[in-house]
Amino acid sequence: MSAVLEVVGLSGSIAGQQVVEDVSFTVPDRGITAVLGRNGVGKTSTLRSIMGLIDRRGEVTLAGERIDGLRTHRIVQRGVGYVPEDREVFSRLTVAENLQLAVRQKKPNWELVDSLFPDLVARRSQMAGTLSGGQQQMVSLARALVNDNRILLVDEPTKGLAPLIVEQVAAALAEAATTVPILLVEQNLEVVRQLAGDAVVLSGGRVVHTGSASAMLADDELTHRLLGVGVAPATGGAR
Amino acid sequence: MSTLVLVLLTGIGLGALYFLVASGLSLIYGLMHVLNFAHGAFLTFGAFIGWEVARRLDSTSWWAFAVSILVGGLVGAGVAALTELALIRPLYERHIEQVLVTVGLAFAAVALYEGIWGSDPIYISAPAWMKETTSVLGASVPNTYWVLMLAATALLISLVVFLRYTRFGTIIRAGVENRAMVTALGIDVRTAFLLVFAIGGSAAGVGGVLAAHYTGYVSAHLGSTLLIFAFIVTVIGGLGSLPGAAIASVLVAVLQQFANYYMGGTGDIIVVVALAGVLLVRPSGLLGRRFA
Repeated sequence: MSAVLEVVGLSGSIAGQQVVEDVSFTVPDRGITAVLGRNGVGKTSTLRSIMGLIDRRGEVTLAGERIDGLRTHRIVQRGVGYVPEDREVFSRLTVAENLQLAVRQKKPNWELVDSLFPDLVARRSQMAGTLSGGQQQMVSLARALVNDNRILLVDEPTKGLAPLIVEQVAAALAEAATTVPILLVEQNLEVVRQLAGDAVVLSGGRVVHTGSASAMLADDELTHRLLGVGVAPATGGAR
Repeated sequence: MSTLVLVLLTGIGLGALYFLVASGLSLIYGLMHVLNFAHGAFLTFGAFIGWEVARRLDSTSWWAFAVSILVGGLVGAGVAALTELALIRPLYERHIEQVLVTVGLAFAAVALYEGIWGSDPIYISAPAWMKETTSVLGASVPNTYWVLMLAATALLISLVVFLRYTRFGTIIRAGVENRAMVTALGIDVRTAFLLVFAIGGSAAGVGGVLAAHYTGYVSAHLGSTLLIFAFIVTVIGGLGSLPGAAIASVLVAVLQQFANYYMGGTGDIIVVVALAGVLLVRPSGLLGRRFA
């Protein structure tokens, strides 16, 4: 597999405070790569640095093209879909308006979006701010999936969701990953175990481990050392 | 009864003028979080250029009046767009500096206008009908007020349609909520900034031409005077809320007219008291979002 995204020496800062420090990793051109780490180690900031949403230095190369000097909207137009932490749907816009706003191509992937999130079809005219957290997450994912992207950056999509909704979101990500590589920040290690092929572990804003996600999660001592948590045994029916 | 009707209708007409100025302020603040103190300069420029155009045609004809309105709107939009490109955009996300530069521009513009057109008011002509009155329930209402009401109503309807049914309108509404997320969807939010500034400047330019007909003259300070009341109604309505600005414009102007007539010309004081009251009771304004 070749790399769709290469990050070399990426540093990011917010209001002068360095939150990402000299991070380097690659994302293969298929499957899901998880970004892991304890709370506050810079996972979200790494994604925001790649997107140009915070001040950053370093090299970010998308399919052979440097994108680290581009403004955020140009990066997205190059084919980087972004699903932010906490969904960030436009609460005063309808579901349909949220989705239409994201459309960048002549033939949006409405069939894919409708098949992955049938619950949204009947709610097109509903204000996004009145949706449940899970439904808002679906809108946020749908905004990214409505376009053909080279990569998706997805930030904690299961955060704060009920177990049933977590399963739906994980299933949608697994389906999406069949057509587009995903860089996934996720705290739910069961979801990581189900979905991720590779893992990049951050600590203190730096990369401290890269490799197979399943191998890392199978090593309880390593997982505990890197993430500070143990891992529950794998459950059947994992995707 | 006729006095009551007269005060009420002239209050609504004055509110319409306030809305023509405040709508741009509100849109600009809502999307860009810029308190644009140069907005009055756009208004004054529109008034001067509108007057220059009208007097070269035939300032007593409706044709000249219509062209002056159109030109006032266009130059207001143009100068506002230039301001955004040259002065506001380089200071993106630096709100204090943006406010300071608009304050500086406002002062410089007044000096520039005085240099070009002098510091004395220039009295203007208008179509004969606009100098007449129309009787409503015994009250003789100056026809200029009807024109103001018509213009403000047309502006409000146009803005609502634009914001609700066009892609740029949706971008602006989304940008008011979360600008960063708009860019993260691949949209250049700076285009929306430019458009909002141009729309606000256009409304101010039209407002400038109509304000000149309301007062009967143009002067370098025309915009500065109106800007104060426009800011007051913008704050009372809720910063960034267009419906709030519309409601507050009418409420403030009607209150002002009633106080002027029934309380010995205390309209301006009453408006400031109303502003203080709203800020104390509801700091986010009538329809503004509550501050966290």
